[in-house]
Amino acid sequence: MDEIKVGMADLATAKPPQVLVTTGLGSCVGVCLLDPLVKVGGLAHIMLPDSTQARDVQNKAKYADTAIKILIDEMVNLGAIKRRMVAKIAGGAQMFNFSGNNSIMKIGERNVEAVITNLNIWGIPILAQDTGGNYGRTIYFYPENGQLYIRTIKYGEKIV
Amino acid sequence: MDFTKLNDLQKDALKEIGNIGAGNAATALSTMLNKKINMSVPNVFILPFAQVVEIMGGAENLVAGGYLQVTSKAPLSILFVLPEDSIRIFLNILLGKSLEEGQFELDEMSISALKEVTNILAGSYLTALNSFTKLEFTPTVPALALDMAGAILGNVLQLYGEVSDYALVIESVFSEEEKEVKGHFFLLPEPGSLEILLGKLGVGNNG
Repeated sequence: MDEIKVGMADLATAKPPQVLVTTGLGSCVGVCLLDPLVKVGGLAHIMLPDSTQARDVQNKAKYADTAIKILIDEMVNLGAIKRRMVAKIAGGAQMFNFSGNNSIMKIGERNVEAVITNLNIWGIPILAQDTGGNYGRTIYFYPENGQLYIRTIKYGEKIV
Repeated sequence: MDFTKLNDLQKDALKEIGNIGAGNAATALSTMLNKKINMSVPNVFILPFAQVVEIMGGAENLVAGGYLQVTSKAPLSILFVLPEDSIRIFLNILLGKSLEEGQFELDEMSISALKEVTNILAGSYLTALNSFTKLEFTPTVPALALDMAGAILGNVLQLYGEVSDYALVIESVFSEEEKEVKGHFFLLPEPGSLEILLGKLGVGNNG
């Protein structure tokens, strides 16, 4: 199996038999895109919701809005077509439970909202979503069949 | 500026504060537990965040993380991380109890104990830092998570700011008789805070 590791605030594309992997998603969101016809897949490990709120955008793969756009472009370069693309997303947990109701702490929730909004803007349907909770996730995305395998420490594993 | 541009003098100053803080913390822990706890700081180093996950044994590795934010003229965040083996020994030293292998939830008492240690450590380092800088530091109550290192560190990185991708790491070794635990204490200054801190320490880049 040919694994392509995607680090925090990073993105990558792949074709079968390659598999896209990102480990330890907390409040970050893993966005998996696939053109099922040509089997071109992509994975972005998004950290923050909105590049327009940042003071200095050095890494566009960090933000939901810019990362999804770049991922689509890179997949199109490999022969994918945007209107055929489908998405699966995972992550967006809240790792720390703070007292009080501080919206800054709900970064996971805001990341998920931003990812959904941006996928809607591009007209890409979300086929599966495993988000929220208070636990970390490691994900494997298979461009071969579009399966997303999710592993956790506390709650076992599943395929969506 | 970022952390990679620190010179030896600046690193020494921060390490010295780490040592004084460790001394304060050892005293506080010994008093709280009514037994002799030693603490030392073998190493202080600066790391890009991606490598921070690696020294924790990888992004999927189970760790406990105590996190708090500090308000002051030089705002910062603090994260205290214990790997799985260390959590067991640490809870044994603190409470005389053991976390079994494959046990991923902590009881209230263990959570409180780890939060309290985070609190004591943070307080000790901040007191040391304050005695040199006269900046007044006000820490929040710590929050605690037990999960994948990458998930916890990623969350902290999101919370503490959007600019700096580096962390100051104070390696902390605790020992009680033959039991020894190594943890990592991360000091995460918000953008601009490091300049203020180093300036107050008399080792700023502008004299």
